[in-house]
Amino acid sequence: MDALDLARWQFAITTVYHFLFVPITIGMSAIVAYFHIQWVRTKTPEYLRLAKFFGKLFTINFALGLVTGIVQEFQFGMNWSDYSRFVGDIFGAPLAFEALLAFFLESTFLGLWIFGWGRLPEKLHALTMVAVHIGTVLSAYFILAANSFMQNPVGYKFNPDSGRAEMTDFLAVLTNKVQLVTFPHVITSCYMTGGAMVMGVSLWLMLKKKHAADHSMYRRSARIGAWVSLVASIGVMVTGDIQGKIMTEVQPMKMAAAEALYETKTNAGFSIFTIGSLDGSKEIFSIRIPGLLSFLATGNFHDQVEGINQIRPQEQALAQKVTERYGAEVGKLAYDKTYTPNIPGSYWSFRLMIGLGALSSLLSLITLWGTRKDASPASRWWKHIAIWSPLLPVFAISFGWIFTEIGRQPWIVYGVMTTASGVSPSVSAANVFISMVVYTLLYAALAVVEVKLFTDYVKKGAEAVEEPKSPDEMSDDSQLQFAY
Amino acid sequence: MDLAVIWFLLIAVLWTGYLALEGFDFGVGMLLPILGKGRDADDTEKRRRVMINTIGPVWDGNEVWILTAGGATFAAFPHWYATLFSGFYLPLLLILVALIVRNMGFDYRGKRASATWKARWDLAIIVGSFVPALLWGVALTNVVRGVPIDEHMEYTGNLFTLLNPVGLLGGLTFVALFLTHGAYFIALKTAGPIREDARAFATKSGLAAAGLAVILLLVLGITRGSIWSWLTTVVAAVALLASIASNLRGKEGFAFTGTFVTIAFAVATYFFMLYPNVMPSSTKDAWSLTIHNASSTDYTLKIMTIAAVVFTPIVLLYQGWTYWVFRKRISVEQIPAAQDPGHVPAAVR
Ligand code: HDD
Ligand code: HEM
Ligand code: HEM
Repeated sequence: MDALDLARWQFAITTVYHFLFVPITIGMSAIVAYFHIQWVRTKTPEYLRLAKFFGKLFTINFALGLVTGIVQEFQFGMNWSDYSRFVGDIFGAPLAFEALLAFFLESTFLGLWIFGWGRLPEKLHALTMVAVHIGTVLSAYFILAANSFMQNPVGYKFNPDSGRAEMTDFLAVLTNKVQLVTFPHVITSCYMTGGAMVMGVSLWLMLKKKHAADHSMYRRSARIGAWVSLVASIGVMVTGDIQGKIMTEVQPMKMAAAEALYETKTNAGFSIFTIGSLDGSKEIFSIRIPGLLSFLATGNFHDQVEGINQIRPQEQALAQKVTERYGAEVGKLAYDKTYTPNIPGSYWSFRLMIGLGALSSLLSLITLWGTRKDASPASRWWKHIAIWSPLLPVFAISFGWIFTEIGRQPWIVYGVMTTASGVSPSVSAANVFISMVVYTLLYAALAVVEVKLFTDYVKKGAEAVEEPKSPDEMSDDSQLQFAY
Repeated sequence: MDLAVIWFLLIAVLWTGYLALEGFDFGVGMLLPILGKGRDADDTEKRRRVMINTIGPVWDGNEVWILTAGGATFAAFPHWYATLFSGFYLPLLLILVALIVRNMGFDYRGKRASATWKARWDLAIIVGSFVPALLWGVALTNVVRGVPIDEHMEYTGNLFTLLNPVGLLGGLTFVALFLTHGAYFIALKTAGPIREDARAFATKSGLAAAGLAVILLLVLGITRGSIWSWLTTVVAAVALLASIASNLRGKEGFAFTGTFVTIAFAVATYFFMLYPNVMPSSTKDAWSLTIHNASSTDYTLKIMTIAAVVFTPIVLLYQGWTYWVFRKRISVEQIPAAQDPGHVPAAVR
């Protein structure tokens, strides 16, 4: 493997890892804020216990989202310096905005929430978690705007004198049509995950004899989580459908790859499952729904969907045009041998995203049914639902990203610059290898620690808590209401 | 003044924010084995918890200053971001790993009562605070000194190029300065024996920091100095000495402000020495990255300027408010019982 392959693997591993924690953070911060506000409003002690319990699980998860994010911030400069030079004007701005508008908000207010017991007036304290949630959503907006620029570059022009892409319209970057649908798709999928996490944990505790006394409390949180997840999943599907159409328009190759469609077709079918030859170019067995791909891509069951073999020369011509216009030096940035993404990878990740997501909403439905008024989840099967329900959306989301990113290859900025020309020229394969080994081992170790800690706190359940003291009741030497 | 120069100043402001704020929490982390040593195991544990809780609510917000500095450098000086981070690859990797384990330490240490669990995270916090303090010093000092850069703006040295005596001196100076800054912070935020110990320690480390800083700034100043950088050097030195004097007279607030000013003016000195470059090339002057050849376009800079002008004061306001909310001193007596997932409290449900 050369430095390029290693840098790609490293990016894939570290981002997918970062994004295991991110959706849980985004989704759970909203639900914890809800519990906390409900407690302040109704003074029902159950809500306080739920806020504190899920708040603790939330902070255990947040810690990993935070530390893995730091790596992401610097990785562009470390491994992708030519990319950074080329698009820094455009791409750096949302990153800087993210830090200034979102990260400060998140981290400062999370500190206030964690340590605020007995220091902040009740109402204000509950609002600090709302601020954290707003921070996470803002952060998602800006980073997704940066990513959408890579999917569909807008609001810039190429400057032949400096050899770089330069921003001409920041608003256009922030309101990229890919961004406008990616953002709701990702945010709703995060709520899906957060809801499923709360649901799964609560279900699990409902099944334990030890926690029998708190059955009704966990039933309440299980249903809240299930509703959040279910409603969000509808949003995910609606936005996903729109995304398919926009994607067909701006990146036809990705749609063709998603179906492994080699030749242009009208009335194109969507295969649920295919066994193909190894390179994916021949089909041996498949179950397909006629017309569905045409529908996903265009909104009409009969319309034409372009195939890989037809799109490839179009992308080739694009590089040709760049070379004619700006010379070979610049043309090189857009030159690739294949102009084709990894087909089996795109095909399967797309299906896994949709399939696992659908399964996940099914589990929410089952849970809502199983916890209705006079029912109680009792059979051993519920344990599997409790364990799988948080995992399914997490995997669905990862496959969604893997699909989006693999399907974009060989481009790093679609139609403008290839991934191969973005890598750092001064960084040796040995260095990338070292950092890759270090991150992989470190991340693996942290995963073990976090999962163990998380599950231990889940097993303990929501503790009985005393009403927290208000700041007026605290003197200079009272015990702290919370301390690390 | 053109926008690129303004952004050069703003990057200096972001580094100041970072080093002056995270500087003291690095200091607190490094001081765990020194000030966190009590009469017995129980006292030691309580002292350490007091120390960690002084920075508990704020360390993460402090760290965002470096993320902002990184993002802003990316947007305002893409070449600087690209050359610096791809060039200083391994030191940066070490810094990131250190920050990761340190941050995990703050978040996870108190979540189990086991002594081994705590001892391991303590180690993570101590090493994870020392390594970035040292390496940021090494890295920034090397940037000022100049490193080998070729005509394509690519760094051509390796790890050992950076580990030269001046770079290492820069690293040690940062460590000594942050130790002092952290000790003042503890003196300011705690009550009881830790406070006394912190003050006694700060005087010693402050003198060491002053000694190291004088040598460092003289060495750098002789080759890189300008009138302005000499001026800021003098202010930094006076502030450091004044902080030691205030500390001796028991004026903890003044002492802490003193090191804050020292760090700010040390950063100013570095940036005056850099100007008009952002990363001078030691290979050939003409290959240096300058404020103008490394910056992005005026359009991007304009948008960034508006954002900085509008949002930085807001951030300062709510960050400042956090410090106000947590203004009270804490002592060993106020530390509540440890949390542990294995322990279910006796309280009836
Ligand atoms: C859709 C949302 C999303 C996406 C695509 C990314 N992140 Fe992220 N990131 C978050 C959503 C988020 C968050 C929800 O805001 C986190 C998760 C946990 C946390 O601490 O905040 C976070 C944390 C986080 C942090 C730590 C912030 C702190 O100290 O508080 C950094 C530096 C980054 N991220 C940077 C990145 C970069 C450079 C990415 C691109 C590769 C990236 N993130 C992808
Ligand atoms: C957090 C969600 C994300 C996930 C899970 C993810 C996943 C991936 C994966 C799997 C690849 C490798 C594709 C391949 O090489 O075949 C990749 C590439 C890449 N992604 Fe993302 N990505 C995410 C978000 C982002 C964002 C927000 C950005 C930019 C702001 C980004 C920028 C890149 C870049 C620069 C590459 C090029 C490296 C490469 O091709 O391997 N990604 N990503
Ligand atoms: C009917 C179901 C769904 C459809 C039709 C759908 C469609 C799509 C499409 C077309 C993309 C690629 C967008 C692009 O690259 O331009 C995408 C990406 C993605 N999907 Fe889905 N999706 C569905 C369900 C889900 C589910 C259930 C989840 C997770 C819980 C999910 C998470 C994601 C994520 C995280 C991405 C990558 C970010 C993005 O580009 O939006 N999707 N989806």
